[in-house]
Amino acid sequence: MKQLLVAAWRYRNFIVSSIRADFRARFGRSKLGATWMVLQPLAQASIFAFVLSEILSAKLPGIDSRFAYPTYLLAGTLAWTLFADLLGRCINVFVDNANLLKKIAFPRIALPAIAVGVAITNAMLLFVATSIVLLFIGHPPTWEFLWLIPVAGLIVAFAVGLGLLLGVLNVFVRDVGQVMSVMLQLWFWLTPVVYMPTILSPSRAHILALNPMSAAVGSFQQVVLYGQRPHLSTLLPLALASVILLPLGYVLFQRAAPEMVDEL
Amino acid sequence: MSAVLEARRLGKAFRSYRSELQRFATWLGWPVRAESEYWALRDLDITIDAGESVAFVGQNGAGKSTFLKLIAGTLKPTEGTFALRGRVAAILELGLGFNPEFTGRQNATHAAGLMGHSAQHIAAAMDGIEAFAEIGEYFDQPVRTYSSGMQVRVAFAVVTAFRPDVLIVDEALSVGDAYFQHKSFERIRQFQREGTSLLIVSHDRAAIQALCSRAILLEAGRVIRDGDPSDVMDYYNALIAEREADTVRERRHESGRSQVISGTREAEVEDIALHDADGQPREHFNVGEPVELRIDIVVKTALPRLVLGYMIKDRLGQPVYGTNTHHTRQELTEVAPGKLRFNIRFPLSLGPGSYSVSTALVSTDTHLVNNYEWRELALVFSVGNEDKPPFVGTAWIPPQIEIAAR
Repeated sequence: MKQLLVAAWRYRNFIVSSIRADFRARFGRSKLGATWMVLQPLAQASIFAFVLSEILSAKLPGIDSRFAYPTYLLAGTLAWTLFADLLGRCINVFVDNANLLKKIAFPRIALPAIAVGVAITNAMLLFVATSIVLLFIGHPPTWEFLWLIPVAGLIVAFAVGLGLLLGVLNVFVRDVGQVMSVMLQLWFWLTPVVYMPTILSPSRAHILALNPMSAAVGSFQQVVLYGQRPHLSTLLPLALASVILLPLGYVLFQRAAPEMVDEL
Repeated sequence: MSAVLEARRLGKAFRSYRSELQRFATWLGWPVRAESEYWALRDLDITIDAGESVAFVGQNGAGKSTFLKLIAGTLKPTEGTFALRGRVAAILELGLGFNPEFTGRQNATHAAGLMGHSAQHIAAAMDGIEAFAEIGEYFDQPVRTYSSGMQVRVAFAVVTAFRPDVLIVDEALSVGDAYFQHKSFERIRQFQREGTSLLIVSHDRAAIQALCSRAILLEAGRVIRDGDPSDVMDYYNALIAEREADTVRERRHESGRSQVISGTREAEVEDIALHDADGQPREHFNVGEPVELRIDIVVKTALPRLVLGYMIKDRLGQPVYGTNTHHTRQELTEVAPGKLRFNIRFPLSLGPGSYSVSTALVSTDTHLVNNYEWRELALVFSVGNEDKPPFVGTAWIPPQIEIAAR
């Protein structure tokens, strides 16, 4: 484990330049360049806020604002996007970099590290854009927003643990990647991002309790919409899942590493 | 001398399982037998001293590249161990991981980072990389605007920006234009002089003999010859020749007479060999060496006229030199059945490379009238430049250069 971290630290230079490369590749030849990094999430957040406030101005319990629902949606999207983006990257990270893995010797851990870096940067940009929109709709960020950091940390741990596990399996059984892209869509609807958990009948509601991501999304909504600190006890399943998945993914990664390049 | 690489009973197997679930089970310590197992390498014991340069030769699939990948660290051994001392750099594929949207400089930084160098290290070496690549202001242009040659120049400059203790080169020596090839060769030689061990996979005999002091012949994942490059290459060529002869024979079984050997067969070449000044048959010769082409023929029926022709061709099949006994006014008439030997002596004024000899037994100076036997690739030999000043081309035309003030 220590060895792994040392290797990743030694390659920090490469990791950082790869993260930068990812963004440059996306926005490199456009006229506005790096501005798109903020403009794109800003556009997404604005559309949510201003379009939805017109169409769906449903009032949420305890909030007297026509921007209540858009705010709810922005908060949930922030959490879900971080999770889905990171999980998707981790699942494909080894397959997508097959050529590099086959031809150049470097610590394999650098690849998931790059995925984490890119996903976190994406999430931070989306957060900045969301904050700007929140400011406009009269819902400025508060100090309670600091609670988002530990919750985001849990989401990252969970996504990396699961992603590493599935990413390794995906090298040997490519169907994993296909299945997961479908599963992620289903998972999205099993998580209360666009709807309120209260609209479900009580018999269905405990399905959400089995989904660790619903608590993470709920915490974001709690912080952003109500300005309250999250109920830490609801995050316990997510923390537990991370504590199990992260070492499991790590062990699998270690065991599979010698055979991984043979199969790429 | 201390060993820079010590491999002990090194082996690499590629396994496939009936189901991938079984493979996953092996990671959890479940003893599942693989359905099939292919050993690309087995029981390799190789010690390489610091500063020693070794060529790995062998046919495709012999395990050369697998071995180099194990040493480079991209593949992991299945059994056995190896110890490496010092930093290893590998040229397995040039320009890998280059991002077309980045400039040459950015890609160089990125690629050097991939090799594990620190930011300060890379920044310090950047001027050297730019100077070596010699692509001018293109260095600060996106790589997508590069020609493939320019990309190779930058890639090679990056990989060799820092002198490694072991340099691994997998058939990547013939990169770029002739000028840059020369330059990259010179850089590799420079590394050797400074103590770098070179491990190369190549089929290029001239490159091997120019760079390596030792060659290892692999066959089916095992070492079958280890020693002086020229001896090992001779053995290897003989091995290939034997195998090629096999295929020719097979072809003859199928279609009666193949295109390779054609004619009425009233006279046939029984044996052909190129001998050195001591009368020893050899396959590899030095530039300018006096040689004797010995052709033994059998005449099966009485022939009114018999002419022997031969042609030396280069690797690409282009004629280098050919003549026949009609032109030399040595044609034979009223030949009785029996055996004849032709001894053809000449200086081997050929440049380094691989050559073949074709023979023709005919009744006149063309094979169109009475073609007794026409034999392509009757003999294959190679020429290396062992003691002459370096030159290029297929002809050895020794110059006398006088330089005088005027």
